[in-house]
Amino acid sequence: MKQKHLLFLKEYPVEDIEVILDTAFKFREVLDRPIKKVPSLQGVTIVNLFFENSTRTRISFELAQKRLSADTVNFSASSSSLKKGESFKDTVQNIMAMKIDAVVMRHPAPGSPKHLTEFIDAVVVNAGDGTHEHPTQAILDMMSLKEKFGYLNGLKIGIVGDILHSRVARSNIYGLLTMGAKVTVCGPPNLIPENIKDLGADVIYNVDDLIEWADALNILRIQKERMGLPLIPSVREYRSTFGLTLDRLNNHKKEIIIMHPGPMNRGVEIDSGVADSEQAIILDQVLNGVASRMSILYCLCGGISNELEKDERK
Amino acid sequence: MNVNRLNKDLYLKNGIIYDPYNQKSFEGSIWVRDGRIAGVGDFETPNLEDMKIIDCSNKIITHGFCDLHAHFRSFGEDDKEDFESGARSALSGGFTRVCVMPNTLPPIDSPEYISFVKQAGDKTPVHVHPIGAVTKNQDGKQITEMSLMYNEGAVAFSDDGLPIQNGAIMRTALEYSKFLNVPVINHAEDECLRGDGLMNEGLVSTHLGLKGNPDIAESVMVLRDLELAHYTGAILHVPHVTTKKAVEHIKRMRVHCKNITAEVTPHHLYFNDTELMNYDTNLKVAPPIRSEEDRQALIQGLKDGSIDCIATDHAPHRLEEKETTFDIASCGMIGLESCFGAVNKVLCKDNGLKVEKVIEMITVIPRKIMNFKVDLFALNTPAELTVLDTKKYWKFSREDIKSKSLNSPFIGKSLKGKILHTISKNFLASN
Repeated sequence: MKQKHLLFLKEYPVEDIEVILDTAFKFREVLDRPIKKVPSLQGVTIVNLFFENSTRTRISFELAQKRLSADTVNFSASSSSLKKGESFKDTVQNIMAMKIDAVVMRHPAPGSPKHLTEFIDAVVVNAGDGTHEHPTQAILDMMSLKEKFGYLNGLKIGIVGDILHSRVARSNIYGLLTMGAKVTVCGPPNLIPENIKDLGADVIYNVDDLIEWADALNILRIQKERMGLPLIPSVREYRSTFGLTLDRLNNHKKEIIIMHPGPMNRGVEIDSGVADSEQAIILDQVLNGVASRMSILYCLCGGISNELEKDERK
Repeated sequence: MNVNRLNKDLYLKNGIIYDPYNQKSFEGSIWVRDGRIAGVGDFETPNLEDMKIIDCSNKIITHGFCDLHAHFRSFGEDDKEDFESGARSALSGGFTRVCVMPNTLPPIDSPEYISFVKQAGDKTPVHVHPIGAVTKNQDGKQITEMSLMYNEGAVAFSDDGLPIQNGAIMRTALEYSKFLNVPVINHAEDECLRGDGLMNEGLVSTHLGLKGNPDIAESVMVLRDLELAHYTGAILHVPHVTTKKAVEHIKRMRVHCKNITAEVTPHHLYFNDTELMNYDTNLKVAPPIRSEEDRQALIQGLKDGSIDCIATDHAPHRLEEKETTFDIASCGMIGLESCFGAVNKVLCKDNGLKVEKVIEMITVIPRKIMNFKVDLFALNTPAELTVLDTKKYWKFSREDIKSKSLNSPFIGKSLKGKILHTISKNFLASN
């Protein structure tokens, strides 16, 4: 690995992404075994710092860590000293003082993983920094696409929803473009930044046109909590204009892969009939999430245990 | 930096004297006696014994700099800056005269508070002028006792930091200020359009996932204020212009409206928003660092006279307010010490302006805007002088900071032109 951390997928080296994906498929096999545990990160201590609520990402990381035999500690903002007024810097430095090898952090502030690396010396994995990036989600999305299609180069991926506030969209755009895929985003124009084209993604406002173009669609959740202003007139309007309804999909008579990072709002951005269909790989994404996170932690922290082994041999 | 009261005459020997008021440059010396100008250029050489002599060969001697826009934080947040540390910071940057903004805790919104600032400032080696709040408690609702504040020494009025959203209040403030003949300064941002924007809205904010503050948040407010100034005939000074669109509005309005002036900060001239790619919280300022296109427009605006002068917006903050995540970090940076080196680099080295022009933008022009004395080389005038090496390249460092606070993104940046000595109120400050 060229990189010490996984902070952001923007400008992440293609070689490192390839290593992570290849390793992820190996760990994917481990998950099919009767005993789904390997000793790869024995002796490595990882802390999960969750400054923002999360269920699936956190469980996914915890499982990945357990499957790798790492020692883990959990921290969540609700049970933390943050409520007592302790600063971000003090919180993380206190935890690091207890000799932690790696940190998995979710934080509402964009760029916070970058700040974290300025305060501590451990490996940092970004588990979502506000409206900025969610690199491990993009890795698992790419893994799922690769599993389905066998390749990423040249794949046409559509991303539908609130692009402006989506960390999933940003990381997917950076990662997929790095791997040679094509990305087109679709959604209400006020939720698509004007300059998204400068990131390398195309823009289509008509979701039917997108379906015609794409090999796979990544449907984003309409994140009500991220909207400071009422940016969408109504759920009904969104569903009929941008929602992936069963009727809409059936009209196209086309094989297309459906993805969703979850949690889904059934009946809003995606119909139940679509979510539960053969075309949807949403639950595969969840399983691949564990394998991807095992791979990411192994690739980044493996060096630590190797060092230890070397020391012991001496 | 040493700051000492002069207990004997001062002789600034054989420098290049630049008089920004008369726009004349000539070689010669300056003699200061009892803190006043006793001779400039050609004068009968006094008895040099028992005089403090400073050799100024190849150095420029000019008016002491004047800043229209600084935050000294006193009272309420004296741990960030107070009058004494602010004055040291100013002297280090070549400033002998500083106008301080009223957004302290509580704000300077009464004649009593103005008097406090005036008295505290008088004790320092620089000339400190309070700017009074436009509205009581800076809440944008009721105008302050402007006349009484003026009598106590307020030189202008501003709710800086808090834009006056209500156009009718801004109109009232402008109209009312007319009989005082002083500028009203509005931090021009439409709060609804700004929303909770954290940086300039554009490609960089899209990359960083940070909420954008669009350029139109500034330009629509500047346009409103310009229209109001034109309508009322009052004096409007536009602080810290950051956008190309605002520069264009100002340029257009100035053609037929003479009561408008504008300033730009060193940091908006020096940086563009791509510098934020690392989430450097020291670059979080209000209004935000804009795009390269905006930066170029600001430089052009100074060249063509749309923008009059430089002002620092020196805004000290505690370390912990900046050593945090970008979303909750405080807005502002210190700027007095790095001002000349930064603007001289951008304007002279990179953009071909004459150094004399740059000196005018931080001496005679801001003094004119505030109705301060401008003919500073006239005999018997209290000496406000700056001696500088305009050609020196140097790297700004922590050690160059005399402010109580260290929040400067200029640390490590290369600057051109360094302040050597500043003379103010019969004090000599030497870097």
